[in-house]
Amino acid sequence: MPFQALTGEALADRLAEAVPDSVERADGDCVWVEPSQIAITAQFLRDDPGLDFQFLNAISAVDFIDSFDVVYHLTSFRQQHKGVVKARLHGRESLSLPSVYEVWRGADLQEREVWDLMGIRFEGHPNMKRIMLWEGFDGHPLRKDYL
Amino acid sequence: MTGEQEFRGIESGPLFDRTWHIDRVEGAAVQGLKDTSVEPLSEPLIEVPDDLKGNLVVTSVDALVNWGRKSALWPVTFGLACCAFEMIATAMGRFDIARFGMEAFRASPRQADLMIIAGTVTWKMAPAIQRIHEQMAEPKWVISMGVCATSGGPYFGSYSVVPGVDHIIPVDVYVPGCPPRPDALLFGVMELHEKIKKYHNLRPGSRNVPGGTLAAENP
Ligand code: SF4
Repeated sequence: MPFQALTGEALADRLAEAVPDSVERADGDCVWVEPSQIAITAQFLRDDPGLDFQFLNAISAVDFIDSFDVVYHLTSFRQQHKGVVKARLHGRESLSLPSVYEVWRGADLQEREVWDLMGIRFEGHPNMKRIMLWEGFDGHPLRKDYL
Repeated sequence: MTGEQEFRGIESGPLFDRTWHIDRVEGAAVQGLKDTSVEPLSEPLIEVPDDLKGNLVVTSVDALVNWGRKSALWPVTFGLACCAFEMIATAMGRFDIARFGMEAFRASPRQADLMIIAGTVTWKMAPAIQRIHEQMAEPKWVISMGVCATSGGPYFGSYSVVPGVDHIIPVDVYVPGCPPRPDALLFGVMELHEKIKKYHNLRPGSRNVPGGTLAAENP
Protein backbone atom coordinates (compact mmCIF):
# COMPACT_ATOMS: atom_id res chain seq x y z
CA MET A 1 0.00 0.00 0.00
CA PRO A 2 1.47 3.39 -0.89
CA PHE A 3 2.08 5.84 1.91
CA GLN A 4 -0.12 8.88 1.89
CA ALA A 5 1.83 12.13 1.82
CA LEU A 6 0.51 14.63 4.36
CA THR A 7 0.41 18.20 3.09
CA GLY A 8 2.24 20.94 4.90
CA GLU A 9 -1.04 22.64 5.73
CA ALA A 10 -2.37 19.53 7.44
CA LEU A 11 0.78 19.24 9.51
CA ALA A 12 0.73 22.94 10.27
CA ASP A 13 -2.84 22.71 11.60
CA ARG A 14 -1.91 19.95 14.00
CA LEU A 15 1.28 21.70 15.08
CA ALA A 16 -0.35 25.08 15.61
CA GLU A 17 -2.70 23.59 18.22
CA ALA A 18 -0.08 21.57 20.06
CA VAL A 19 3.06 23.72 19.93
CA PRO A 20 2.16 27.42 19.81
CA ASP A 21 4.40 29.70 17.73
CA SER A 22 6.16 26.75 16.14
CA VAL A 23 4.92 27.07 12.55
CA GLU A 24 6.53 29.64 10.29
CA ARG A 25 4.65 28.79 7.12
CA ALA A 26 3.38 25.81 5.16
CA ASP A 27 2.69 24.81 1.58
CA GLY A 28 1.37 21.75 -0.19
CA ASP A 29 4.51 19.71 0.45
CA CYS A 30 6.02 20.65 3.74
CA VAL A 31 5.83 22.81 6.82
CA TRP A 32 8.53 25.26 7.97
CA VAL A 33 9.04 25.19 11.70
CA GLU A 34 10.71 27.77 13.93
CA PRO A 35 14.28 26.37 14.31
CA SER A 36 14.39 26.90 18.08
CA GLN A 37 11.19 24.85 18.42
CA ILE A 38 12.32 21.88 16.35
CA ALA A 39 13.03 19.51 19.25
CA ILE A 40 9.65 20.10 20.92
CA THR A 41 7.92 19.84 17.56
CA ALA A 42 9.70 16.58 16.83
CA GLN A 43 8.61 15.18 20.19
CA PHE A 44 5.00 16.02 19.37
CA LEU A 45 5.20 14.60 15.86
CA ARG A 46 6.51 11.34 17.22
CA ASP A 47 4.19 10.95 20.22
CA ASP A 48 0.88 12.23 18.86
CA PRO A 49 -1.24 9.14 18.13
CA GLY A 50 -2.78 10.74 15.05
CA LEU A 51 0.55 11.62 13.47
CA ASP A 52 2.70 8.88 15.03
CA PHE A 53 5.91 9.65 13.15
CA GLN A 54 8.01 6.93 14.77
CA PHE A 55 10.44 6.76 11.89
CA LEU A 56 12.91 9.39 10.77
CA ASN A 57 13.87 8.68 7.18
CA ALA A 58 16.55 11.28 6.76
CA ILE A 59 17.92 14.60 7.86
CA SER A 60 19.43 16.68 5.12
CA ALA A 61 20.20 20.31 4.48
CA VAL A 62 19.89 22.62 1.48
CA ASP A 63 22.01 25.69 0.82
CA PHE A 64 20.09 28.71 -0.53
CA ILE A 65 23.10 31.08 -0.32
CA ASP A 66 21.42 33.49 2.12
CA SER A 67 19.75 30.78 4.17
CA PHE A 68 19.81 27.06 4.88
CA ASP A 69 16.91 24.62 5.13
CA VAL A 70 17.31 21.60 7.38
CA VAL A 71 14.91 18.96 6.08
CA TYR A 72 13.37 16.13 8.12
CA HIS A 73 11.61 13.34 6.24
CA LEU A 74 9.24 11.42 8.52
CA THR A 75 7.17 8.27 8.10
CA SER A 76 4.52 6.56 10.19
CA PHE A 77 4.22 2.86 9.47
CA ARG A 78 1.13 2.45 11.64
CA GLN A 79 -0.75 5.37 10.09
CA GLN A 80 0.71 4.69 6.65
CA HIS A 81 1.57 8.29 5.96
CA LYS A 82 4.64 10.46 5.57
CA GLY A 83 5.48 14.12 5.99
CA VAL A 84 8.24 16.66 5.48
CA VAL A 85 9.27 19.20 8.10
CA LYS A 86 11.81 21.93 7.45
CA ALA A 87 13.61 24.50 9.56
CA ARG A 88 15.02 27.59 7.91
CA LEU A 89 18.21 29.12 9.26
CA HIS A 90 19.24 32.57 8.06
CA GLY A 91 22.81 33.64 7.47
CA ARG A 92 25.93 31.56 6.81
CA GLU A 93 28.05 31.71 9.96
CA SER A 94 27.71 29.80 13.25
CA LEU A 95 24.36 28.23 12.40
CA SER A 96 22.78 25.96 14.95
CA LEU A 97 19.48 24.47 15.98
CA PRO A 98 18.40 21.96 18.64
CA SER A 99 19.21 18.30 18.08
CA VAL A 100 16.43 15.73 17.71
CA TYR A 101 18.75 12.97 18.90
CA GLU A 102 16.65 12.48 22.04
CA VAL A 103 13.52 11.96 19.92
CA TRP A 104 14.90 9.74 17.15
CA ARG A 105 18.20 7.98 17.87
CA GLY A 106 18.67 7.60 14.13
CA ALA A 107 19.41 11.31 14.02
CA ASP A 108 22.82 10.70 15.59
CA LEU A 109 24.92 10.03 12.52
CA GLN A 110 22.81 12.14 10.18
CA GLU A 111 23.17 15.27 12.26
CA ARG A 112 26.91 14.71 12.35
CA GLU A 113 26.87 14.38 8.57
CA VAL A 114 25.01 17.69 8.20
CA TRP A 115 27.57 19.33 10.48
CA ASP A 116 30.44 17.77 8.55
CA LEU A 117 29.31 18.72 5.06
CA MET A 118 27.07 21.76 5.60
CA GLY A 119 28.38 23.30 8.79
CA ILE A 120 25.16 23.41 10.78
CA ARG A 121 25.60 22.54 14.46
CA PHE A 122 22.99 20.65 16.45
CA GLU A 123 22.84 21.76 20.08
CA GLY A 124 22.41 18.95 22.58
CA HIS A 125 23.88 16.28 20.34
CA PRO A 126 26.16 14.11 22.51
CA ASN A 127 28.95 13.70 19.96
CA MET A 128 28.90 16.69 17.62
CA LYS A 129 31.98 16.21 15.45
CA ARG A 130 32.89 15.37 11.88
CA ILE A 131 31.84 11.94 10.70
CA MET A 132 33.29 11.39 7.22
CA LEU A 133 36.06 13.92 6.83
CA TRP A 134 38.95 14.08 9.25
CA GLU A 135 39.35 16.48 12.13
CA GLY A 136 41.27 19.49 10.94
CA PHE A 137 39.60 19.56 7.53
CA ASP A 138 39.07 23.12 6.43
CA GLY A 139 35.50 24.13 5.59
CA HIS A 140 32.27 22.29 4.86
CA PRO A 141 32.42 20.93 1.32
CA LEU A 142 28.74 20.68 0.38
CA ARG A 143 28.21 24.39 0.87
CA LYS A 144 27.76 26.31 -2.34
CA ASP A 145 30.65 28.65 -1.57
CA TYR A 146 33.12 25.79 -1.04
CA LEU A 147 35.73 25.52 -3.76
CA MET B 1 35.08 -4.79 40.78
CA THR B 2 35.15 -7.21 37.88
CA GLY B 3 37.30 -6.63 34.88
CA GLU B 4 34.34 -5.69 32.81
CA GLN B 5 33.18 -3.09 35.32
CA GLU B 6 36.65 -1.62 35.40
CA PHE B 7 36.62 -1.42 31.65
CA ARG B 8 33.26 0.35 31.75
CA GLY B 9 34.64 2.66 34.40
CA ILE B 10 37.44 3.77 32.11
CA GLU B 11 34.96 4.11 29.30
CA SER B 12 32.54 6.27 31.23
CA GLY B 13 31.96 9.93 30.56
CA PRO B 14 30.45 11.70 27.58
CA LEU B 15 31.15 10.04 24.25
CA PHE B 16 32.58 13.24 22.84
CA ASP B 17 35.18 13.58 25.62
CA ARG B 18 36.20 9.94 25.34
CA THR B 19 36.79 9.97 21.60
CA TRP B 20 37.74 13.53 20.78
CA HIS B 21 41.49 13.12 21.21
CA ILE B 22 41.46 9.98 19.01
CA ASP B 23 39.84 11.95 16.22
CA ARG B 24 42.31 14.79 16.59
CA VAL B 25 45.28 12.45 16.34
CA GLU B 26 43.75 10.69 13.33
CA GLY B 27 42.95 14.01 11.68
CA ALA B 28 46.51 15.23 12.16
CA ALA B 29 47.87 12.05 10.56
CA VAL B 30 45.55 12.35 7.57
CA GLN B 31 46.28 16.02 7.08
CA GLY B 32 50.01 15.42 7.40
CA LEU B 33 49.92 12.70 4.75
CA LYS B 34 47.81 14.87 2.47
CA ASP B 35 50.21 17.77 2.80
CA THR B 36 53.30 15.67 2.07
CA SER B 37 51.98 13.46 -0.76
CA VAL B 38 51.85 15.97 -3.57
CA GLU B 39 53.90 14.13 -6.19
CA PRO B 40 53.25 10.60 -7.48
CA LEU B 41 55.88 8.00 -6.65
CA SER B 42 57.76 6.24 -9.41
CA GLU B 43 57.67 2.53 -10.18
CA PRO B 44 59.05 0.48 -7.31
CA LEU B 45 62.53 -0.99 -7.51
CA ILE B 46 63.78 -4.05 -5.76
CA GLU B 47 66.83 -3.14 -3.74
CA VAL B 48 69.75 -5.50 -3.35
CA PRO B 49 71.79 -5.16 -0.14
CA ASP B 50 75.18 -3.54 -0.76
CA ASP B 51 77.20 -6.46 0.58
CA LEU B 52 75.62 -8.77 -1.97
CA LYS B 53 76.10 -6.50 -4.96
CA GLY B 54 78.87 -7.85 -7.20
CA ASN B 55 79.48 -10.86 -5.01
CA LEU B 56 76.86 -13.10 -6.46
CA VAL B 57 75.90 -13.97 -9.96
CA VAL B 58 72.69 -15.84 -10.51
CA THR B 59 71.47 -16.52 -13.99
CA SER B 60 69.26 -19.50 -14.54
CA VAL B 61 68.29 -19.41 -10.87
CA ASP B 62 66.60 -16.11 -11.71
CA ALA B 63 64.17 -17.93 -13.93
CA LEU B 64 63.34 -20.41 -11.20
CA VAL B 65 62.96 -17.80 -8.46
CA ASN B 66 60.87 -15.55 -10.65
CA TRP B 67 58.73 -18.44 -11.76
CA GLY B 68 58.16 -19.34 -8.13
CA ARG B 69 57.25 -15.80 -7.22
CA LYS B 70 54.90 -15.24 -10.11
CA SER B 71 53.13 -18.57 -9.71
CA ALA B 72 52.00 -17.95 -6.15
CA LEU B 73 51.16 -14.28 -5.84
CA TRP B 74 48.97 -14.08 -2.79
CA PRO B 75 46.88 -10.93 -2.66
CA VAL B 76 45.96 -9.27 0.60
CA THR B 77 42.21 -9.19 1.26
CA PHE B 78 41.58 -5.56 0.64
CA GLY B 79 38.71 -3.79 -1.10
CA LEU B 80 37.87 -0.11 -0.88
CA ALA B 81 34.85 0.60 -3.08
CA CYS B 82 32.80 -0.74 -6.00
CA CYS B 83 35.87 -2.17 -7.78
CA ALA B 84 36.21 -4.64 -4.92
CA PHE B 85 33.17 -6.49 -6.24
CA GLU B 86 34.87 -7.08 -9.56
CA MET B 87 37.90 -8.29 -7.64
CA ILE B 88 35.63 -10.68 -5.73
CA ALA B 89 34.09 -11.81 -9.01
CA THR B 90 37.60 -12.44 -10.30
CA ALA B 91 38.17 -14.77 -7.38
CA MET B 92 34.92 -16.68 -7.99
CA GLY B 93 34.42 -19.72 -10.17
CA ARG B 94 33.65 -18.07 -13.50
CA PHE B 95 36.93 -16.21 -13.80
CA ASP B 96 38.81 -18.20 -11.19
CA ILE B 97 41.95 -16.42 -10.13
CA ALA B 98 43.08 -19.78 -8.72
CA ARG B 99 44.35 -20.59 -12.20
CA PHE B 100 47.25 -18.25 -11.41
CA GLY B 101 47.90 -19.64 -7.96
CA MET B 102 46.26 -16.60 -6.42
CA GLU B 103 43.13 -17.98 -4.79
CA ALA B 104 44.58 -17.57 -1.30
CA PHE B 105 43.52 -14.02 -0.41
CA ARG B 106 45.41 -13.53 2.83
CA ALA B 107 43.80 -11.74 5.74
CA SER B 108 47.20 -10.66 7.00
CA PRO B 109 49.57 -8.39 5.04
CA ARG B 110 52.48 -10.38 6.49
CA GLN B 111 51.53 -13.34 4.34
CA ALA B 112 50.72 -11.49 1.14
CA ASP B 113 52.84 -10.51 -1.89
CA LEU B 114 50.33 -8.46 -3.83
CA MET B 115 48.09 -5.58 -2.92
CA ILE B 116 45.18 -4.95 -5.28
CA ILE B 117 43.99 -1.40 -4.63
CA ALA B 118 40.37 -2.03 -5.63
CA GLY B 119 38.44 1.20 -5.32
CA THR B 120 38.43 4.85 -4.38
CA VAL B 121 41.25 5.87 -2.08
CA THR B 122 40.16 8.64 0.28
CA TRP B 123 42.58 10.69 2.30
CA LYS B 124 41.04 9.35 5.47
CA MET B 125 41.85 5.79 4.34
CA ALA B 126 45.31 6.67 3.02
CA PRO B 127 47.27 6.20 6.28
CA ALA B 128 45.75 2.73 6.70
CA ILE B 129 46.69 1.74 3.13
CA GLN B 130 50.20 3.01 3.61
CA ARG B 131 50.56 1.07 6.84
CA ILE B 132 49.27 -2.18 5.33
CA HIS B 133 51.67 -1.74 2.42
CA GLU B 134 54.55 -1.22 4.82
CA GLN B 135 53.54 -4.33 6.75
CA MET B 136 53.83 -6.53 3.68
CA ALA B 137 57.13 -8.37 3.39
CA GLU B 138 59.42 -7.84 0.38
CA PRO B 139 59.16 -8.68 -2.44
CA LYS B 140 55.76 -7.06 -2.82
CA TRP B 141 53.76 -5.71 -5.72
CA VAL B 142 50.84 -3.35 -6.08
CA ILE B 143 48.11 -3.33 -8.72
CA SER B 144 46.03 -0.18 -8.97
CA MET B 145 42.60 -1.36 -10.08
CA GLY B 146 40.16 1.08 -11.66
CA VAL B 147 40.44 4.74 -12.55
CA CYS B 148 39.74 5.81 -8.97
CA ALA B 149 42.87 4.21 -7.62
CA THR B 150 44.88 5.21 -10.68
CA SER B 151 44.07 8.92 -10.87
CA GLY B 152 41.04 9.73 -8.76
CA GLY B 153 38.86 8.91 -11.77
CA PRO B 154 35.34 10.28 -11.45
CA TYR B 155 36.41 12.00 -8.24
CA PHE B 156 39.50 13.67 -9.67
CA GLY B 157 40.05 16.98 -7.94
CA SER B 158 37.74 16.11 -5.09
CA TYR B 159 38.44 17.39 -1.61
CA SER B 160 38.53 13.92 -0.10
CA VAL B 161 39.98 11.59 -2.73
CA VAL B 162 43.67 10.83 -3.28
CA PRO B 163 44.53 11.78 -6.89
CA GLY B 164 46.02 8.37 -7.60
CA VAL B 165 47.19 5.81 -5.07
CA ASP B 166 50.71 6.27 -6.44
CA HIS B 167 50.85 9.43 -4.34
CA ILE B 168 51.10 7.31 -1.24
CA ILE B 169 52.55 3.93 -2.34
CA PRO B 170 54.47 2.85 -5.47
CA VAL B 171 52.39 0.99 -8.06
CA ASP B 172 53.51 -1.72 -10.48
CA VAL B 173 50.54 -2.20 -12.78
CA TYR B 174 47.60 0.08 -13.52
CA VAL B 175 44.34 -1.48 -14.69
CA PRO B 176 41.98 1.12 -16.20
CA GLY B 177 38.20 0.84 -16.23
CA CYS B 178 35.28 1.84 -14.06
CA PRO B 179 35.16 -0.86 -12.86
CA PRO B 180 37.58 -3.00 -14.87
CA ARG B 181 35.97 -6.27 -15.83
CA PRO B 182 37.44 -9.35 -14.14
CA ASP B 183 39.18 -10.28 -17.38
CA ALA B 184 40.84 -6.85 -17.36
CA LEU B 185 42.09 -7.48 -13.86
CA LEU B 186 43.34 -10.89 -14.94
CA PHE B 187 45.17 -9.23 -17.83
CA GLY B 188 46.75 -6.86 -15.32
CA VAL B 189 47.80 -9.82 -13.22
CA MET B 190 49.36 -11.47 -16.27
CA GLU B 191 51.21 -8.26 -17.07
CA LEU B 192 52.55 -8.32 -13.54
CA HIS B 193 53.66 -11.92 -14.11
CA GLU B 194 55.58 -10.79 -17.19
CA LYS B 195 57.17 -8.05 -15.13
CA ILE B 196 58.18 -10.40 -12.34
CA LYS B 197 59.74 -12.78 -14.88
CA LYS B 198 62.19 -10.05 -15.87
CA TYR B 199 63.59 -9.42 -12.39
CA HIS B 200 67.34 -10.03 -12.07
CA ASN B 201 67.90 -11.28 -8.59
CA LEU B 202 71.18 -10.36 -6.91
CA ARG B 203 72.95 -9.28 -10.08
CA PRO B 204 74.99 -6.07 -9.65
CA GLY B 205 72.68 -3.13 -9.96
CA SER B 206 69.83 -5.57 -9.99
CA ARG B 207 66.43 -4.00 -10.43
CA ASN B 208 63.38 -4.55 -12.45
CA VAL B 209 63.72 -3.78 -16.13
CA PRO B 210 62.45 -0.28 -16.84
CA GLY B 211 60.39 0.57 -19.86
CA GLY B 212 57.16 -1.37 -19.59
CA THR B 213 56.36 -5.01 -19.30
CA LEU B 214 55.81 -6.14 -22.86
CA ALA B 215 59.07 -5.34 -24.57
CA ALA B 216 61.72 -7.14 -22.58
CA GLU B 217 63.42 -10.44 -23.03
CA ASN B 218 63.31 -13.23 -20.51
CA PRO B 219 66.62 -13.53 -18.62
S1 SF4 C 1 36.86 3.02 -10.73
FE1 SF4 C 1 34.62 3.03 -10.87
S2 SF4 C 1 34.00 1.01 -10.10
FE2 SF4 C 1 36.12 1.36 -9.43
S3 SF4 C 1 35.97 2.25 -7.39
FE3 SF4 C 1 36.07 3.95 -8.86
S4 SF4 C 1 33.93 4.46 -9.27
FE4 SF4 C 1 33.95 2.40 -8.34
